[in-house]
Amino acid sequence: MTKIIFEKTSEGRKGSAVPEKDINIAEISIDIDEEMKADKIPDLPELSELDVIRHYTELANKNICVNSHFYPLGSCTMKYNPCVNEEIASMRSFTDIHPYQVESSVSGNLEIMYLLKKYLCELTGMDDFTLQPAAGAHGEFTAMLMTKKWFELKKENRTKILIPDSAHGTNPASANMAGFEVVQIASNENGTVNLDDLEAKIDDKTACFMMTNPNTLGLFERDILKISEKIHSKGGLLYYDGANLNAILGLVRPGDAGFDFVHLNMHKTFSTPHGGGGPGAGPVGAKGKLAECLPLPKIIQKEDKTFSLMYDNPSSIGRVKAFYGNFLVLVKALAYILSMGKDEIANVAKLSVLNANYLLKKLEDIYEIPYGKSCMHEFVASADRQKNIGVTAIDICKRMLDYGFHAPTVYFPLIVHEALMIEPTETESIQTLDLYSEILHKIQEETEKNPDLLHEAPHNMPVKRLDDVTAARKPDLAYKK
Amino acid sequence: MKFSQEHEWVTVKGDIATVGITEYAADQLGDIVYVELPEIDTEYGKMDRVGSIESVKTVSDLFTPIGGTVIEVNPAISDTTPDGDVNDDQHFEYINQDAYDKGWLFKIRMSDPKDLDDLMNKEEYDAMIKA
Repeated sequence: MTKIIFEKTSEGRKGSAVPEKDINIAEISIDIDEEMKADKIPDLPELSELDVIRHYTELANKNICVNSHFYPLGSCTMKYNPCVNEEIASMRSFTDIHPYQVESSVSGNLEIMYLLKKYLCELTGMDDFTLQPAAGAHGEFTAMLMTKKWFELKKENRTKILIPDSAHGTNPASANMAGFEVVQIASNENGTVNLDDLEAKIDDKTACFMMTNPNTLGLFERDILKISEKIHSKGGLLYYDGANLNAILGLVRPGDAGFDFVHLNMHKTFSTPHGGGGPGAGPVGAKGKLAECLPLPKIIQKEDKTFSLMYDNPSSIGRVKAFYGNFLVLVKALAYILSMGKDEIANVAKLSVLNANYLLKKLEDIYEIPYGKSCMHEFVASADRQKNIGVTAIDICKRMLDYGFHAPTVYFPLIVHEALMIEPTETESIQTLDLYSEILHKIQEETEKNPDLLHEAPHNMPVKRLDDVTAARKPDLAYKK
Repeated sequence: MKFSQEHEWVTVKGDIATVGITEYAADQLGDIVYVELPEIDTEYGKMDRVGSIESVKTVSDLFTPIGGTVIEVNPAISDTTPDGDVNDDQHFEYINQDAYDKGWLFKIRMSDPKDLDDLMNKEEYDAMIKA
């Protein structure tokens, strides 16, 4: 194992030399309570610049990321993040601004956000967007607050949010956080929304139905128009969780399918870095009057064509984030949309669906595919067959690491046993997909002939199989000497 | 031993029912890392949510297949010792390794023994998980 940087310290070693002081420094006396004073100087590592560079380069080389590995993490859309996004987002006109600058000096930056809003409206069929939410789940929560506000304004007391059993866990969590009661809707034998169950559970207390389309099984909800009609006839709202927008980008607009509001994940569909790679962005869009409930401030274009922030709208839920959103992430998303262009952007959906179906066909001889013979941008395989001979989904995934592939999402959605949720994305080549299929077939051979090889995997990683239970029960989170 | 749709098992002595989760459920959940148990001396209705079970894979609700008053929880799994101190010797692995004995979860004084009639016997339960 790599030593942590604190263990590499060598007393007196320095990163850089500071010139001897040749002026007198004034004594400043500040009144600080004795008990507030540190009793010793902080224990910082003492290293040379080269030590530090080597340390972090070593750590970086251990990383598994899209730039180094195929990363078919289902539901996460781990597509390649083009360099041009970074290039543009690192321009000084974007990095060297301050949120408290006077509006007229950052009109161009406001224009960037305004433009992004316009494109997102066009791609989703919404009328307006907020760019404030810092992540997908933050977007969902924003949408739930809007739902609350919407029915307050209409003076209706609606308390329930309907959510399919295949949904991302963040959906019920967001609804719950906003004070709603969550009602689960069952899936039918095809893996899509069970209309009878929906019919049975929808009533005049239903505020909203949160849907992901295609859903987490990678299946397009074909009954979407019927569902939308049903929800609206009861006065409820229909919400689009944009987690899987990649499958329909540029081909189908949620707004045209009856959705009233949406959130999008810039780090999934719009090629900005994921979680660990920096802050995210989960813009929320809405149609018609519901758009009035979107957070403030709102970015508007004035009559003189300059851009401004508007703070006045009593129907709005108010702010959901300090300032205006994670601006540089938004710049990257806009760079992506513009570099794709109107004609190319639908190819994102077409190729991501093609790649997923290609892999599904290549793998259906080894894994059970419980729902559907074809899929959208991802599919969920089951390692139930393998489990019957003592090898679980997690064993298979750990073995994939040995062969240089990131594992797919496992054990989600919960309605599939031993789930392996595979999403190749459009940015992978046929050669990569073929190699991945070849390796999974090899792992299947190993499963049958030498299951212990899988039970003990990974073998080639810096650490072997981790003890998940101890990690969860007794997490070791901070360095102590 | 009787079984519920929600994969709990029940054994009965007098008017006291002991409840745990089945081996199948424990196996599906994977290694269990935490259990939120019901409150002692509290009355619950049949099929009320009484706690939750967290594994390395997921968190699931824990239901009581029998209505009544909880009189005891498994001290090897509880957060606190009978004296009310923090229990620093919890054994969640009992549920994975010995679901029907050492891995029991709670004992409940039944308010209506008829609740038992809705439960399945072993053959019925085995048939359900096979289906």
